[in-house]
Amino acid sequence: MAYVAVKGGEAAISNAHRWLAEDRRGDPAVPELGADQVREQLSLAVDRVMSEGSCYDRDLAALAVKQARGDLPEAIFLMRAYRTTLPRFGYSQPVETGAMAVRRRISAAFKDIPGGQVLGPTFDYTHRLLDFTLAADGHVPEAAVEAVEAQAYPMATIASVFDQENLLETDLPSGEPVEPFDLTREPMAFPAGRDQRLQALARGDEGFLLSLAYSSQRGWGNTHPLCAEIRLGEVAVEFTPDELGFPIEVGELTLTECHMISTGAAGMETPPQFARGYGLTFGHCERKAMSMAIVDRALRDAEEIENAAPVQDQEFVLYHSDNVEASGFVQHLKLPHYVDFQADLQLIRRLRREWFDREAALKEAAE
Amino acid sequence: MSSPQSKASAANASGSNAPERYYNYAYLDEQTKRMIRRAILKALAIPGYQVPFGSREMPVPYGWGTGGIQLTAAIIGPDDVYKCIDQGADDTTNAVSIRRFFAKVADVAVTEDTAEATIIQTRHRIPEKPLKEGQVLVFQVPQPEPLRGLEPRETETRAMHAYEEYGLQYVSLYESVATYGRIASTVGYPTMIDERYLMSPSPIPKFDNPKLDDNEAILLFGAGREKRIYAVPPHTSVRSLDFEDYPFETQTWEENCALCGAEDSYLDEVVLDDAGERMFVCSDSHYCAERRAAGHVGPMAGHQLAVPEKEPAA
Repeated sequence: MAYVAVKGGEAAISNAHRWLAEDRRGDPAVPELGADQVREQLSLAVDRVMSEGSCYDRDLAALAVKQARGDLPEAIFLMRAYRTTLPRFGYSQPVETGAMAVRRRISAAFKDIPGGQVLGPTFDYTHRLLDFTLAADGHVPEAAVEAVEAQAYPMATIASVFDQENLLETDLPSGEPVEPFDLTREPMAFPAGRDQRLQALARGDEGFLLSLAYSSQRGWGNTHPLCAEIRLGEVAVEFTPDELGFPIEVGELTLTECHMISTGAAGMETPPQFARGYGLTFGHCERKAMSMAIVDRALRDAEEIENAAPVQDQEFVLYHSDNVEASGFVQHLKLPHYVDFQADLQLIRRLRREWFDREAALKEAAE
Repeated sequence: MSSPQSKASAANASGSNAPERYYNYAYLDEQTKRMIRRAILKALAIPGYQVPFGSREMPVPYGWGTGGIQLTAAIIGPDDVYKCIDQGADDTTNAVSIRRFFAKVADVAVTEDTAEATIIQTRHRIPEKPLKEGQVLVFQVPQPEPLRGLEPRETETRAMHAYEEYGLQYVSLYESVATYGRIASTVGYPTMIDERYLMSPSPIPKFDNPKLDDNEAILLFGAGREKRIYAVPPHTSVRSLDFEDYPFETQTWEENCALCGAEDSYLDEVVLDDAGERMFVCSDSHYCAERRAAGHVGPMAGHQLAVPEKEPAA
């Protein structure tokens, strides 16, 4: 009976969760997937969960992917709900992506740039043909051939290439370092500073940002972006403990960084320059980093535009980019709403009664 | 770095958060609780004003009570008696889930008895039994901004509140009268707090709006996803907006509760078959049960719905 099924159900909840665990495991005749296998072999899923989960821990992210049965927004939610209970010790030094140990670095702006084009591990230029040899297990791929010449270090950044002519706006630190906005500790506030905006975008849903970026390319707030640089690699994280007063290295992160550039709106006071949009993610999340950079670029013009496209609207973009918030609120519609529905039912019945009364009166008058 | 997680899952497996605590008392860390308490104090000092706060990610999804849970977590103590309802009932699945959460992380006594509870967390209803001084009613709020349906921008609505610029709201009510012949708003009916701030009462039916006015209890509203807290202190004026010629009115039923015969409570409609057979029962499950225990009988008393499912001990 419907009423009983919706109300009550301590036992029903427990049973449902047991069933969920059973479904997660699948056929017990098939060996169980280890979190370490997820970490090593579904590494891009792990990267996305770390990125949007705002927590850099490959093991935890792998566990989250396993526990969520591969549902990545669910895994991201698990990661966030764990992260929120962790104490915060402070802020690290800004990571130096210029000093990154680069595994991949490409630029679409120049045919060749100092340091060269380094393809690295990429799906680009693969033919998307199902590889049936993967279905048969035991195949260890041949190791890639190592470069004969050592790669330049540090790898020149796109900014350094432009430096000579001052063609690209600088990314020098703006004056005294101020405590960065922390979206996990403070509510969204408008107008949003760039720190708040980039944080929101870094945590934002890849699919949402991808579509926004795409919409801007198709003319809904065109930003004419050009991919100046993408780099993937490892950077050191430094932290200055209060008791020491100088930075110490506390770990290493794999990051994907993207600079999108476009001809900026030239100010009257400043000479024409390229302006940039910035994308940064944990792990290897290239689609996300590029989308983020395009959206960041689009939002930079936001204040000056009157009829802004969705991608240029701060409130629209930042309020709706978080998939944990969005998923929770959309799915809360599964919760019972019968008190509200009863109120609606009453109203619609009353309106119908009045409509039929009116019709009847009209008919009578006509006869 | 990954070791704390194994402890956390161990806490989930065991029944209680004590004695070896894997999470802080009532889940949130003390700094977060202090931040929320400050927001609550500010909210009480400016009745109806939405205080932005650093809402945390909770282990339940946004939209499922994260704001209410954070409020409760910030004010609950071991001596509290906690009641949690959804749609007026203690036995709805989400209420059961949240009640179990606090029984576990706050080692708190739980109850279904409205009079006995010190903290009542609710979604979409206010209990029928009048609240008393010393009680706190915590509302789960999906959308704290009463003007959001009329103006999507937060920057705009904040300015409208600052200037007490509520003309748009009245125009919307007028349009409703023009279209439907009445103010058609049924749940989340807009209220004016202490004649200053327009406030969303959360999606309670307008039937419950009069209970907000001059209430003896503290009324706290938490919106986790939207990161806002607001409050109505005891004995504060809460006026439901209306017009002189279209006065505010609440829902009424031609039927009484089929189980307890109550004629003064909000009723849920229960569809009994696919031939239009239906019954109406109290949405407030405890109110109904208490009346039945006191000997009140409705036309369908003894129906199987009157026998509540017993919760196994957690």
